[in-house]
Amino acid sequence: MSLLTLENVTLKFGGLTAVNNLSMQVEEGQVFALVGPNGAGKSTVFNLISRFYTPVSGKISFAGTDLLGLAPDEVPSLGIARTFQNIELFDQATVLENLLVGRHRHRGTNLVQQMFHTPAVRAEERAHREAVEEVIDFLDLQPYRNSRIAGLPYGVRKVVEVGRALASKPRLLLLDEPASGLSVEETQNMRWWIDDIRRQMGITVLMVEHDMGLVSKVCDKVLALADGAMLAQGTPAEVQSHPAVIEAYLGTGDAA
Amino acid sequence: MRIHFKTSYDDDIRLFEDGWKLSLYAALLALMVALPWLIDDFYLGEATNVLIWATCGLGLMLLTGQTGQASLGHSAFMALGCYSTVLLMEAGVPFIVAFPLAGIITGIVGGLIAIPALKLHGVYLAIATLALAILTDDLIVMLEPWTGGVGGKFAPPITVFGLEVNRWSNPAAWYYMALIVVLVVTLFYRNLLRAPMGRAFAAVRDSEISAQAMGVNLARTKTIAFGMSAGITGLGGALMGLFAEVFNNETFTFILSIQLLMMIVVGGLGFIHGAFLGAIVISFLPQALSIITDGIGSNVAIPGLEIGVFGVIMILFILFEPMGLYGRWLKIRTFFQLFPFARKDMFRRQKSYLKTERLR
Repeated sequence: MSLLTLENVTLKFGGLTAVNNLSMQVEEGQVFALVGPNGAGKSTVFNLISRFYTPVSGKISFAGTDLLGLAPDEVPSLGIARTFQNIELFDQATVLENLLVGRHRHRGTNLVQQMFHTPAVRAEERAHREAVEEVIDFLDLQPYRNSRIAGLPYGVRKVVEVGRALASKPRLLLLDEPASGLSVEETQNMRWWIDDIRRQMGITVLMVEHDMGLVSKVCDKVLALADGAMLAQGTPAEVQSHPAVIEAYLGTGDAA
Repeated sequence: MRIHFKTSYDDDIRLFEDGWKLSLYAALLALMVALPWLIDDFYLGEATNVLIWATCGLGLMLLTGQTGQASLGHSAFMALGCYSTVLLMEAGVPFIVAFPLAGIITGIVGGLIAIPALKLHGVYLAIATLALAILTDDLIVMLEPWTGGVGGKFAPPITVFGLEVNRWSNPAAWYYMALIVVLVVTLFYRNLLRAPMGRAFAAVRDSEISAQAMGVNLARTKTIAFGMSAGITGLGGALMGLFAEVFNNETFTFILSIQLLMMIVVGGLGFIHGAFLGAIVISFLPQALSIITDGIGSNVAIPGLEIGVFGVIMILFILFEPMGLYGRWLKIRTFFQLFPFARKDMFRRQKSYLKTERLR
């Protein structure tokens, strides 16, 4: 059975159909990319999975659980973590604290225990920090561990956001344009990381990305969207050469 | 330049990062304990006042500095904390039970008020809570049978384990009581900050949308923050009323909420130290002003002078030092710690224009 399934999902904002009868399956262990021109509804699909939006019709399920029955803050507890297109980090906190928020779903102590800082709280804090250090090692964030986000360069923030999602030890990682605004070298790093996230950590990745170079290198499967509807689906090479995709990006070939 | 090597996770978790910090705060605590022998009764009363203001300030700081929700209604919780302590004591509950119980009652009421109020954001939340503060004034008058209305109430004598705590006959006992309260509150505050709940507060403050995406329940977190904030401020309000010995509806007007908010902004939003520094400023400002007006030979009290001067101080801070007194201290300390490598723009606020548009 697929890890993530969307079945005939439609989302409308007033008269605008943002997502139109979209069906897709993400299999466990895949790196799956959503591509498409601006305004195609790629990030909207992410927001549907995160439950920030509720579809007009259709079904979304994750590992057999119906996501539509959950509130946005209950989604991470299933093992879905995400990043945002425009970086939504906690600016006044340090990198370490940001990553620790990623551990939120693994907390096991209550408010009263935390107020008194009981041994259980301390043991849990140690475990959280150990898990976070693994992520810091993995993403080479050691130099920034105690820096506040507000002073960090864009490329580092992008990596910290991936780190925060990884710190929650998800089964499915949603990356919203992981390489946008990164330099060639940083994009190259991101490519290795995505490969390792899949191979070493066994995390399924669903990503939105415009950089077709990156997509064709790391992805098993690509789905092209335009105006909220699916155009084509298949391996990166298949999708890139699909006539409907070429038309959506470049327009029709015949001179009118 | 001091370099701090961390060798275990506990280095980050413990309250004081190293022996140097620990000894500094131990010295401060020793000074606070020795204070009754060092200064006379008048200044000891002023010091008690600082500690009471700091307790109230810590309450609002938890909500505004930590969780990012503005409130202009905290005078209501001060009143509630004060009246419930006194009413419980009049019903025969000993002070040592009545006082924390009043904090819990205020916290629960605060949490209940938060459920509808925290659907509002920013300035709208401030307006709604301001309405709460103004209503409280009228409510105290209307509930005359319990509150004594405009006539007010006298604080009953406080006895703790057989020892009478009276600000005239035994000012040191009052001072120690306020000190213990503020220490316990500070300890709870610090413990929360180093636990998942404190990080959830900061997450809600900085980005509600990604807090949700990390599994933080917004409504629950904000309600807890508001409830705890109200509870702590209620304890501070109880101390304030009992210390004043007489209080009525005018003791807890909405002006008090505004002073409280000004105090934590001047002290430094988001820092525990900020609540204390702000409390020192607000407690000693009237004294400083009266010394100055006496100095220039004016014996006439100028109405509104104190709040006016405080307003000017607040505006100057917002313009020139938005991080408050503690932020200024941090900058000075960083300058010397990193000397000569500190850069002027290390603390500059960065504006981020690319924020995900608010969903819904």
